[in-house]
Amino acid sequence: MNNLFVFCELDEGRPAEVSLELLTRGRSLANTLGCRLEAVVLGSGLEGIENELFPYGADVVHVADDPVLEHYRTMPYTSVITGLFRQEQPQVALMGATSTGRDLGPRVSSAMHSGLTADCTSLEIGDHYVKKTDTTYKNLLYQIRPAFGGNIIATIINPDHRPQMATVREGVMKREIVNRNHRGELKKIDVAAFIRPEDLVVEIIERHMEARKVDIKSAQIIVSGGYGMGSKENFALLYELASVLGGEVAASRAAVDAGYAGHERQVGQTGVTVRPKLYIACGISGQIQHTAGMNQSGKIIAINNDPMAPINSIADYVINGDVADVIPKLIKYYKANAR
Amino acid sequence: MKIIFSRFAVLFYCYICHFKSENEMNGIKIVVLAKQVPDTRNVGPDAMKADGTVNRSVLPAIFNPEDLNALEQALRIKECYEGVTVTLLTMGPVRAAEIIREGLYRGADDGVLLTDRAFAGSDTLATSYALALAVRRLAPDLVLGGRQAIDGDTAQVGPQVAEKLGWPQVTYAEAMQFEGEKLIIRRRLERGVETIAARLPLVVTVNGTAPACRYRNARLVMKYKYARTDTELQAESSDYIAASRPFIRITEWGVDAIGADPEHLGLSGSPTKVKEIENVILQAKESKHLTSSNADIESLVRELLENHTIG
Repeated sequence: MNNLFVFCELDEGRPAEVSLELLTRGRSLANTLGCRLEAVVLGSGLEGIENELFPYGADVVHVADDPVLEHYRTMPYTSVITGLFRQEQPQVALMGATSTGRDLGPRVSSAMHSGLTADCTSLEIGDHYVKKTDTTYKNLLYQIRPAFGGNIIATIINPDHRPQMATVREGVMKREIVNRNHRGELKKIDVAAFIRPEDLVVEIIERHMEARKVDIKSAQIIVSGGYGMGSKENFALLYELASVLGGEVAASRAAVDAGYAGHERQVGQTGVTVRPKLYIACGISGQIQHTAGMNQSGKIIAINNDPMAPINSIADYVINGDVADVIPKLIKYYKANAR
Repeated sequence: MKIIFSRFAVLFYCYICHFKSENEMNGIKIVVLAKQVPDTRNVGPDAMKADGTVNRSVLPAIFNPEDLNALEQALRIKECYEGVTVTLLTMGPVRAAEIIREGLYRGADDGVLLTDRAFAGSDTLATSYALALAVRRLAPDLVLGGRQAIDGDTAQVGPQVAEKLGWPQVTYAEAMQFEGEKLIIRRRLERGVETIAARLPLVVTVNGTAPACRYRNARLVMKYKYARTDTELQAESSDYIAASRPFIRITEWGVDAIGADPEHLGLSGSPTKVKEIENVILQAKESKHLTSSNADIESLVRELLENHTIG
């Protein structure tokens, strides 16, 4: 009772990146709270899945293994999770802010009549003092997230309702194995006890999912293009520079919306958070939505011809010029000087 | 085939619907959940006050973009069958009636403004509690809404309303059409597309990738531009035009009209509380400024190679 739960989504049968990142953060939060870290997995054909989660510090892995759970559907997943939560009464429940988490999270929190904060960029433990009643709530989950187009950062709490729920996007937290040999307890969920026939009325007719083509999160060098690149064709310069440097190409939301690059390359609050050694921002103005996803990069180079661009104030190097002029020069001098 | 409008696109959709199914969906009632939001997409320097806080009153109030996508889906269904009604439901301050008018101009049949001081300060749970009660009173077969609003960005209200109604939900919808009694919905997910079959009653939230909402219809603007709520009529000195046309009265409901328990509304009905708000201040760095000259670029490359940032 009163433990920290992480809902672990599956991505092609393996635990999703975001779920492993949440387990890592969850382990740290559970240590602070002095409670257990428990994972929940739903799906079909899940033998051995717990062995992929124990190394991240899960003390308990609850597994619901049933053919009706093979692909995510709202009602059966909600019934199992709320049934489990009513039984286990977690103090905190975390989920990835994926299409699954953003469909399941609110449904579960409504059923539990608890609070849910979406798209948190940070989770901390702290106290909260209420002057009116002179009460102090201890060890609450601070759910920190941007709001209002990213112009403010809000700290949200759920003082009185449980579980305190939050969703977090992929790449925001770091993933780290606690101990490869760590073993916890496996608990099998009695799926039939929680699922009702009316949960299965929605049918999945077809799914066309593409394999992940690009993973910009793990790139150490990122060459990123914004709306200032002007066209999809101009992005070829970025691919060339990235190839020469051994990096990956990314894009701002404006560039993706304009069709210059695919969504899988989008960096920012509604895309991916990256922390490369070097981030080269080409033709990117640097709206907060974007910089929130890359301002932890080791070194930042901004290339643009707008001296007032917000990105310039967080860059280590600002090159005032045309990307079509600067990038070929970068390539030329790199080839000339690198061993 | 009933010809309602004279545009080819509409005829095309009517043809598709009749080809695919019988008339089971005649007479269904659709409620579209919509929200009036400040336009947070382009927060320029004039929207930020000197102390770094956001000046909401400067931002124009707009119809939440994804709710317009949802309205378009409702209007398409309305064109395919007979007797389908589309009702806009919005919870907000008195001026939110503006988006009901906007919905009427695009083709909605009527609208309800859920407004009451008691709703102020509601988080998504308290909001969905009130909306679900209003939906129950309207008794529709299908509820559509945008996936998320551009001020909160939570995407929570749709699913929470569905849970309170006890109805199934389908989120991230991009397209939908009826086949007999089933609603076939195409969902746009992170890495691909999923097709779902569901029955009514149902809540569906619609993505921004769904077709854009049609423009205002000039004839409907003429018909509905004097549509007002009772509160708006009281505020205006003598609007005899609106008073003499009851069919364009916008329904206004408060706490009593939906039988809400005040404990579940506003701040007291909101499990989530804002502890603190911080204005985002970019941490300015000591930046090194360079030109695009050959000399500057070459020395930068050499420096990056030397400190092993690249190479």
